[in-house]
Amino acid sequence: MSMTETTTETAVGTAAISGAPPGNGPAASRSPLWRTLRTTPVIVALGVLTILVFVACFAPWLWTVDPVQINPAQRLRPISFEHWLGTDAYGRDVYSRVLYGGRISLIVGLSVAVISMAVGLVIGVVAGYFRWVDAIVMRIMDGLMAIPGILLAIALVSLSGSSIMTVIIAITVPEIPRVVRLVRSVILSVRNEPYVEAAVSLGTPTVTIMLRHLVPNTIPPLIVQGTYIFASAILTEAILSFLGAGVPPENSSWGNIMAEGRTFFQLIPGLVLYPGILLSMMVLSVNILGDALRDALDPRMSRRL
Amino acid sequence: MNQTESSADAARSAQQPVLTIDKLSVALVGEHGPGRPVVKSLSFDVKAGETVCIVGESGSGKSVTSLAVMGLLPKDSLTPTGGRILLEGENLLEASQRRLRDLRTTGMAMVFQEPMTALNPVQRVGEQVDEVLRLHTKLGREERRKRVIAMLESVHLPDVERIYRSYPHELSGGQRQRIVIAMALILKPRLLIADEPTTALDVTTQKQILALIKELQTEQGTAVIFITHDFGVVAEIADRIVVMNQGSVVETGTRDEILAHPKQDYTRMLVSSVPSLIPHHRTQPTGETVLTVKALTKYYGSSKSWFGGATASGTPAAQDVDLILRRGEVVGVVGESGSGKSTVARCVMRLIDPNSGEINLNGTDIATMGRGALMPMRKRIQIVFQDPYRSLNPRRRVGESIIEGLLNYNVSRAEAESKARHALKTVGLPEDVYDRYPHQFSGGQRQRICIARALVMEPDVLVADEAVSALDVSVQAQVLALLDEVRERVGVGVLFITHDLRVAAQICDTIIVMQRGRIVEQGTAVEVLTKPRESYTRALIEAAPGRHWDFQHFRAVA
Repeated sequence: MSMTETTTETAVGTAAISGAPPGNGPAASRSPLWRTLRTTPVIVALGVLTILVFVACFAPWLWTVDPVQINPAQRLRPISFEHWLGTDAYGRDVYSRVLYGGRISLIVGLSVAVISMAVGLVIGVVAGYFRWVDAIVMRIMDGLMAIPGILLAIALVSLSGSSIMTVIIAITVPEIPRVVRLVRSVILSVRNEPYVEAAVSLGTPTVTIMLRHLVPNTIPPLIVQGTYIFASAILTEAILSFLGAGVPPENSSWGNIMAEGRTFFQLIPGLVLYPGILLSMMVLSVNILGDALRDALDPRMSRRL
Repeated sequence: MNQTESSADAARSAQQPVLTIDKLSVALVGEHGPGRPVVKSLSFDVKAGETVCIVGESGSGKSVTSLAVMGLLPKDSLTPTGGRILLEGENLLEASQRRLRDLRTTGMAMVFQEPMTALNPVQRVGEQVDEVLRLHTKLGREERRKRVIAMLESVHLPDVERIYRSYPHELSGGQRQRIVIAMALILKPRLLIADEPTTALDVTTQKQILALIKELQTEQGTAVIFITHDFGVVAEIADRIVVMNQGSVVETGTRDEILAHPKQDYTRMLVSSVPSLIPHHRTQPTGETVLTVKALTKYYGSSKSWFGGATASGTPAAQDVDLILRRGEVVGVVGESGSGKSTVARCVMRLIDPNSGEINLNGTDIATMGRGALMPMRKRIQIVFQDPYRSLNPRRRVGESIIEGLLNYNVSRAEAESKARHALKTVGLPEDVYDRYPHQFSGGQRQRICIARALVMEPDVLVADEAVSALDVSVQAQVLALLDEVRERVGVGVLFITHDLRVAAQICDTIIVMQRGRIVEQGTAVEVLTKPRESYTRALIEAAPGRHWDFQHFRAVA
């Protein structure tokens, strides 16, 4: 037992100035992460997000009426006890429509984030590890990135008709190249690490090397990127719906509520304002969360790599 | 202003030290005031024209000391908690930021380990030296240029006009370090702090840089603090030596006092751990041949053309390399950076594909084998890398890393685990290491874990690619002893890649000297190191610092 070597404890001194930390195991990293995250903006953002998610999830039980119920006798009513946020041009209850609209936003945001991360992760890992795949795949990604996302989405929706599924796919496709680039760059920097080469020498199959030694390194930056995608997908969906290329009109979405409301903006500004405020709040909260996550994860990350 | 006074200063400070460090303490910044001390009550001084070497292993606080003197401690993590640092009588710990900025370059200067990171990659080096003059003097453009050219000449750079216009990447490592030294010394500071300035350089370049620092020091009467972990360098240049350990001074004395008559046990241990250049006489191993490499050639930058045949372009990294490794033998491949020694190791491991040649492992040529066919061969040849901090996946438990290979070859988990625990015992680590994460271990311990990971596969060949180069001398000695023991007990053949002739002298039976991708000389360790036939080998041996000193026996080599 020759444990007389420099202990990890004494190594901390030099680590502090050389920037090479003793490293943080998965076990050790959770609580310090939360400590850096625990700032007022983050807590507020988390609170807002929780409320919005809760409201969207439990919309049917929150004193709403059918959001597509047309009532020509009750058109463009102001705020009243019966209609908490008034009614729109078809006499539909705005409060109910806004709450149900949140559902669409969340579903679209979440699906786009998850699908684009999953697809991007797979393509990115393969492109980063196999150089010959890289040459082909990255040119395709470059091509996709050259087209403005919204334009591509509009084109895709108009090609295959509007449904929530097409909207999700249309928003996902332009997001994928960014995820691929991110994942690929991480893989490129890790693939030549000695521990990866050691795994090759130990006869570990390529797929296992990817899953065991490469993919875990991409997760922290991917989570951060995921929050941005989530926010931008919500926004894009709203834009598409506002332009009439989004979810079918029978589904209320913040985008199409605003689109229908804009003609009556001078009469009833709430039709644009209420969904607009909620949309801003949700996107802002997600972005604040993403920024905080990036700050908390990145220095750790860049030092660990 | 400082230059006009400097000659008068020099006379005065012959008695008065240029730098006095008095009971300096530095601590980590904790959440509530100062945390753990990193430097504890450190005192020493440096006189004009004198070279004081601070030696110590990693974590000893030697670099922190130099940063404290320069006023460059990172504020958010380290803070001085007591004592004084007097540069010609002025307390630097109380000086303002502006005063410190003035003093750096005019009063004191620093040369860092890695010249590439010390220089701005997108600015011509001449302009970078010029910037020092522009910021700290009122000289005109022409005058500055003349001074810079003169300085570049005095650091013995060739073709100074061309170098002046060059970017850092166009220069060699040695030339870059000369530029950094020129920047540091152009304003003739009283104190030069050199923090491992030659560690990243080849031995022949190191020798030249050490001579240059000495020459400029004698010319300008500069006081030099030289921080290093390399006792060879210390033996070459030190007037006095400060030995540090865990933030405290262990012993201070003249070179002979420390190297020949160390008083403290720690110093004795440290000095005697320095491997000697004198090779051990060994009986030549006669075991069966496990690895034969024939005419191995690898070009970088060449790719197979689209129609099959290899294009002949590209830089040769290894050419016509032949070697034989027997069971129980340690074959050392030595050479400077770019000699192709690591290329050979990586080809043998099939981490990269050789362009031509034969790699015969136990009678099977693996040089051109496909991925699938290679799989059963992989476990018979294992590797230990240089950097212990990057050789283990930080997210996996040590035990998981060790048994990874065994599980790939269908060994049951229980059996793999028991083998891993046994391997840990072999490399001198306690069993509870198994369930811990790599970050809980020091570099030397991690290197032991890496050796255990390789050994558990029961390989015929172990490739050690600079496996002890990143370790402190005392740890290095332990790991070398471990490798030697493993070789004897397990009978594995070791292909030992190193740039350090001392290490090679300690462990190798056979030594292969490489230069620019080719083998220039090979023979038994004793032959190559004591009776080198080639001039290149001779130059390498002569450049090895401290070769006139036998550290293990605390005496000069007769």
